[in-house]
Amino acid sequence: MDNNLYLNYDINGQTMKLKSHGDWILQNIAAIESSLKKLPKAKKISWDVSGVDRFDSAGIVLFIKYSKSLSSMSELNMIGYTSEQKSLYDFLTHSKQSKYTKRKDSYLEKLGKSTTEVFLDINNFISFLGHVVIAILSLFIKPKNIRFKETIYHMQKSGINAILIVGMTAFLVGMVIAYQGSVQLAKFGADIFIVDTVGISITRELGPMITAIVIAGRSGSAYTAEIGAMKITDEISAMKTMGFDPFYFLVLPRIFALMLVLPLLVFFADIVGIFGGLVASYMQLNIPAAQFLDRLHEALELKHYFLGLIKTPIFAFFIAIIGCYKGFSVSHNTESLGLNTTSSVVIGIFMVIAIDALFSVLFTKFGL
Amino acid sequence: MIKVENIVTKFGDITIHDGVSFSISKGEIYAILGESGAGKSLLMKEMIMLHTPTAGSINILGHKLDSINFTLAQELRKNWGVLFQFGALYSSMTIGENIAVQLKEYTHISKRMRESLVLSKILTVGLDESVTDLYPSEISGGMVKRAALARSLAMEPKLLFLDEPTSGLDPIGARNFDKLIKELRDILGVTVVMITHDLASIYSIVDKMAILADKKVVAEGTLTEVLKSKHPFVEKFFSQYKAIRECKHV
Repeated sequence: MDNNLYLNYDINGQTMKLKSHGDWILQNIAAIESSLKKLPKAKKISWDVSGVDRFDSAGIVLFIKYSKSLSSMSELNMIGYTSEQKSLYDFLTHSKQSKYTKRKDSYLEKLGKSTTEVFLDINNFISFLGHVVIAILSLFIKPKNIRFKETIYHMQKSGINAILIVGMTAFLVGMVIAYQGSVQLAKFGADIFIVDTVGISITRELGPMITAIVIAGRSGSAYTAEIGAMKITDEISAMKTMGFDPFYFLVLPRIFALMLVLPLLVFFADIVGIFGGLVASYMQLNIPAAQFLDRLHEALELKHYFLGLIKTPIFAFFIAIIGCYKGFSVSHNTESLGLNTTSSVVIGIFMVIAIDALFSVLFTKFGL
Repeated sequence: MIKVENIVTKFGDITIHDGVSFSISKGEIYAILGESGAGKSLLMKEMIMLHTPTAGSINILGHKLDSINFTLAQELRKNWGVLFQFGALYSSMTIGENIAVQLKEYTHISKRMRESLVLSKILTVGLDESVTDLYPSEISGGMVKRAALARSLAMEPKLLFLDEPTSGLDPIGARNFDKLIKELRDILGVTVVMITHDLASIYSIVDKMAILADKKVVAEGTLTEVLKSKHPFVEKFFSQYKAIRECKHV
């Protein structure tokens, strides 16, 4: 005889008397199941359920599961059930059972699937790129399709509203370069060359790159989230049914806006960055502002400034197109919105740096 | 089981409820009716502690919601299941995971037992076993509702809150859903509180109802009691049904 809160049994030769009692409810299922697992084997079993006080469907499901496995091994006889228990039992067993087997992928299948997914993603991106190019080209035939209002709205949102953060970042970067450079240059007594260092590095490389990275984090993610949310709420489908091409309404305005506004932001960042360098030079090396600016006139050729600026529309193009593409790849669940926004920022920043590296190589090759 | 007394709800200057009271007893299927904007969903949100009314008291299963502490509130939440109007299934989980999520969090049931409980819920609501591994975006709207009902039943609740359970379903699906709700009440003994516009549900399964209009409950009780009301909204609401019935006779 084994006593338990929910179950006890009594073995007499080959027959077992099983008696269940207590509350067979969800909260106790784990405990009941562990005592059911410990049941010894017997040829004949009579299961008396009259001692059960409370029960719910979870309790009955457990009962059904174990009565099935017991009856497959031995002769099972159930006694003492109430009409309520019987009706719930019938209700839960009457539901049709289907022959459905869960499919589990092997590791090789998973590897294959994720590989094809990567290629599919690249493939989709290229076709998206093609779609954008066709849309832009068709604007030459039908200039009416240019959405000026949306473009200006996005210029304001991604450009003008970003002035503060871009300015602060550029100012700090200019200061940091001047501080770090001044320590090294002071060793050689070449203090004044700090102007060259700051001027050229800011205009040629750091201004455009830092601004593009800030914008990739700020606007690239916003584009993905906006378009992705519109996809989840079926707004994109609604647009299509009304004959509004999402490329003209959503994608091109964002691309044009960013391509127009990023060079302007970089122009601003260049000025603020050099100003940051000026402040730091004055504080660290006591170079007066007038002298700094004089030297800047001599040291900074115009070509550095233009070489920096020429890259920016291309940065903008890729930031915007990746942001939009990732927005369109959002599927109907909230998790994919987060994943796509993250990858939009990561890929956007990577693209900025990769394109910048490419330009560096090219400019050096051509001796610029 | 539920006692709602003198609920007042205000958003700034706008008053939604101005002294709403009714009570629901165990084992009833209770409907909350009213035109759009009458604050039905809001009233339900107040009952399930998603929104606090400006004044008045709600008593559920012996707990006063305005003075309940956090631990008790968490315990109380396990006693009810909620079916949201659009299902509100977690989109990043499969249907099976959606149903299992509370069992996983709140009980120590073995994985295999959990799977059989999930399966039993899926079959109970009339879905096919094959939906277990599908995501909410991969099944139809009607199936989402059934899956959401299965999820709300996961913790063996004594109380079910259903927000427009039959909206968006085809008439046959809607009647099957009604039948299912009635079975759950009859067999599992759950008390059902539902918001509905569906006259067929009201006539076939609802025991009692409260009709919200003019920021108050204008009629309460069984169908025959409610039909006696002379309030213009109540008359208008049920006249549709009379019209349909007359069409049939012709």
